[in-house]
Amino acid sequence: MATNQQKNDVPKELFVPHERKEDTSEKITKPSRSFFQDARRTFFKNKMAVLSIILMVIIILMSIIGPYFNEYGMDDQDLSRAKMPPRVPVIEDLPFLGMNGTLTSEFKGDTVEEATENAIMRYDNAEDYIDIKVLSEGDGSTDSAEVSATYHIYEAKDMQDEYFWLGTDQLGRDQWTRIWLGTRVSLIIAFVAAAIDLLIGVAYGGISGYYGGRVDDIMQRILEILIGIPKLVVMFLLLIVLKPGIISIVLALTITGWTGMARIVRGEVLKQKNEEYVLAARTLGQSNGKIIMKHLMPNVAGIIIINIMFTIPDAIFFEAFLSFIGLGIVPPEASLGALVDAGFKVFRLYPYMVFYPAVVISVIMIAFNLIGDGLRDAFDPKMHK
Amino acid sequence: MLRYILRRVFYMVITLFIIATVTFFLMKLLPGSPLSAENKLSEEQVEIIEAKYGLDKPIPVQYVNYMVGLVQGDMGISFHFDNTPVSQILIDRMPPSLILGGQALIFGTIAGILFGLIAAIYHNGWLDYSSTIIAVLGTSIPSFVFAGLLQWYLANKWELFPVALWGSYEHTILPTIALAIFPMATAARFTRTEMLEVLGSDYIMTARAKGVTEPGVIFKHGLRNSLIPLITVMGPMAVSLMTGTLVIEKIFAVPGIGEQFVSSIEVLDYPTIMGTTLLFSVLFIVIILIIDILYVIIDPRIRLTGGGS
Amino acid sequence: MSKLLEVKDLSVSFNTYSGEVQAVRGIDFDLKKGETLAIVGESGSGKSVTTKAITQLLPKPQGYIKKGQILFEGQDITKYSTKQMQKLRGKDISTVFQDPMTSLNPTMKVGKQIAEGLIKHRKMSKAQAREKTIELLELVGIPHPETRIKQYPHEFSGGMRQRVVVAIALACNPKILIADEPTTALDVTIQAQILELMKDIQREMDSAIIFITHDLGVVANVADRVAVMYAGKIVEIGTADDIFYNPKHPYTWGLLGSMPTLDSNEEELFAIPGSPPDMLNPPEGDAFAPRNRFALEIDTKMEPPMFQVSDTHYAATWLLHEHAPKIDPPGSVQRRMQGFASMDDGKDGEE
Repeated sequence: MATNQQKNDVPKELFVPHERKEDTSEKITKPSRSFFQDARRTFFKNKMAVLSIILMVIIILMSIIGPYFNEYGMDDQDLSRAKMPPRVPVIEDLPFLGMNGTLTSEFKGDTVEEATENAIMRYDNAEDYIDIKVLSEGDGSTDSAEVSATYHIYEAKDMQDEYFWLGTDQLGRDQWTRIWLGTRVSLIIAFVAAAIDLLIGVAYGGISGYYGGRVDDIMQRILEILIGIPKLVVMFLLLIVLKPGIISIVLALTITGWTGMARIVRGEVLKQKNEEYVLAARTLGQSNGKIIMKHLMPNVAGIIIINIMFTIPDAIFFEAFLSFIGLGIVPPEASLGALVDAGFKVFRLYPYMVFYPAVVISVIMIAFNLIGDGLRDAFDPKMHK
Repeated sequence: MLRYILRRVFYMVITLFIIATVTFFLMKLLPGSPLSAENKLSEEQVEIIEAKYGLDKPIPVQYVNYMVGLVQGDMGISFHFDNTPVSQILIDRMPPSLILGGQALIFGTIAGILFGLIAAIYHNGWLDYSSTIIAVLGTSIPSFVFAGLLQWYLANKWELFPVALWGSYEHTILPTIALAIFPMATAARFTRTEMLEVLGSDYIMTARAKGVTEPGVIFKHGLRNSLIPLITVMGPMAVSLMTGTLVIEKIFAVPGIGEQFVSSIEVLDYPTIMGTTLLFSVLFIVIILIIDILYVIIDPRIRLTGGGS
Repeated sequence: MSKLLEVKDLSVSFNTYSGEVQAVRGIDFDLKKGETLAIVGESGSGKSVTTKAITQLLPKPQGYIKKGQILFEGQDITKYSTKQMQKLRGKDISTVFQDPMTSLNPTMKVGKQIAEGLIKHRKMSKAQAREKTIELLELVGIPHPETRIKQYPHEFSGGMRQRVVVAIALACNPKILIADEPTTALDVTIQAQILELMKDIQREMDSAIIFITHDLGVVANVADRVAVMYAGKIVEIGTADDIFYNPKHPYTWGLLGSMPTLDSNEEELFAIPGSPPDMLNPPEGDAFAPRNRFALEIDTKMEPPMFQVSDTHYAATWLLHEHAPKIDPPGSVQRRMQGFASMDDGKDGEE
């Protein structure tokens, strides 16, 4: 057992009752923080989520002001400058970024000459502006020779002073302008759809959950039937009948989209309203309105915010998807999905046309998902450290 | 249990009925008919054909006929594709879609579960982080972007696989991978969170206290408990596969239902569009029903309480 | 009696985002064959962590044994590999956890959960294990064991589930049974049944029990010896008689004083004010001093060593120092001490 060593070297005068200056027994040693402070702290500790927010702010800003950075309009068609590759001042001198206004591709043929010919034919027969590099000499058999051709299209078209930062599409429209306008359209659709989902979903779910009983029963049966109808099918049917455009896409997204939110809110309200703090508030004579606003809302808010954060990328995806299969935004209007779709048609020769809109849409999707994940963790008390 | 299934089937029938009805009236509203398409027919011929297909009867009668036809699997006639019955087109187009969807679902979920398991076992290690990153990318990046990347690098640049079209087994590989990414990422994420939660639970502590080995803890006690909830995300996965087939079949020019649907939209072939839509509805609803019933069967806790609502 | 388990200067810490939490700070105790040692203390005092350190079930990777030895039959098991521990757990040392509602695997049949240990440690065949399982369920008082083994945990009530957990723990006749608040989550009547069950089984199997609880009533009922823990340290240890009739540490007084009794006509319980210290930065001096109404000046400066009261009884409080002023336990605690004495006399008389 333990030793008694130091027992005797203790100064005697310390053996007097300890005088307490203040009552220390109830002192709280940890700083106190409210739930939302904790949530905020957890969220901002999540580097990926913070980075995503910064990215989203930049993207949203660009979707507002980006199109005005150059003099090209959204629908300025000019076939003479169609399919120009990206070219950015200064960066054009850094070859590895591929933004120097040239097109490069490999061509095959039975001999080097044939391969070269193929390349020249593909690149407007502008022989003087094509650099050929032989990759493999070939032995005369089918497609054994391969050359890499670099086409200086800006020089060929005598447009050395023009800079299309992200290139132009098949009709000679500036991709930079169209991508940011497309981003704007995609984001508007997503935000409006999410807002409508929020309004209808929270109201429906809240009423159903809070009042319960008969009201809940009827509302739930209606919801069950609506949820049973595949979202995809509703979207297809609506978009085939309606004129394509922003409004019909928003309508297609929201007409069934709100059911998810309604279900979640109802479940959460149902759970929360049976918690004892609500019972306590009711026992103390609080009115229904006060209970909903002061007690239920703050507790349901987290799950609603998280849900919205996942509704937005969902909406962006479906918009892109619908545009991609030809049911969404139609030219000359642009959305990210429509741009990707247009780019895909020529993507083997002009990969930049699909690359940049695809990057923007992917970044938006990733960012929103990460923000959503971050919020979910932030609102989870288990994650507070 | 039986009552639960019956109720669900009842709802399913109502839903399908509503969809079919809406579809029918939409078709009547939309311009165009199989006879006004390309082929110029005399009025007499038109009448004969209209009589043959019952198009001369009043709308309510047509509606009844249409519904009766639907029940027997008759979905009308395509405007564009050589006046073939829609049902025939769908049957012909079914196999590639089923092969792709089936392969993607099996490959995607198995790979996803493995990724998720590894991530959970090596929690906070680099394997966890990399598999989490893959999962976030997989759930976020749209399938058409993935399909494009695969096609560009694996088929176009490195020529490992055919670029597109259908025929040999190699043709199925790229579209399957592109289609499998979303189920894989979803399964990986879900398995990881569930597994972590399960591994932190008391009964895992009990198992460890019994002296069960680590693999035993994970596979005998952990896996089943973390995979049961995975069934709940099979619904969204099935939907993603359906939306996926539309896009992926278009990109890889696979002659499946999805490609058919997209080209029908391009030429506004309404009967085929509607028929495909109906097929999608039936598939979707039946899959969700099967998943829900499966869930009730597999989870012993729900089994006893009779499945509730 | 030989020492089955010896814990020497054991310290357990957790790495958290805010820093190192010192959950257990150098404790010593031992356990003899067939005896019941109760470890009492508030939540957060480190009693549960101590037993998890013994079985190496600390949450990984945050929790770790900082220093000290745990000798099981003379072998230091802190040095054991995972494999060696797996052989030990469930066979020689097994654990009953607090909450029967969550400590059984919800998707595995009860019979299989009990048989698992038998098959692993005693190399039984499935049929043998089944037979033994039925026997065990009978032993823990579950009727119709033949049908019960095919059921899932949710088909059992809370008390029945805890019996199953006990059966799992007893499956291989363990030398040490760690009971981590086994009755806290149960109704009072069920509590009594489970306690009786554990006592019966101990008599039958001659296992040693480490009984963790915050309920002194339960302690009085089951324990041979009692260790009182506060802020990661053992502040007083002795036989049950020592602790109940002759408590020396003011914290033990507080625990005894805050037990309600039926016959007391006191207006107020002798409650311990405040809450336990933050183990991230344990206070200087005696950790209990800020809540101790008998605190001495020295308590704020130096940690008290263990003072020997008798052969079996030790307490870590400066009040036992020869220079300390003579302080008696408060009246309400004294009355309780006498109450225990008379209760015990009555009990002894009956037997």
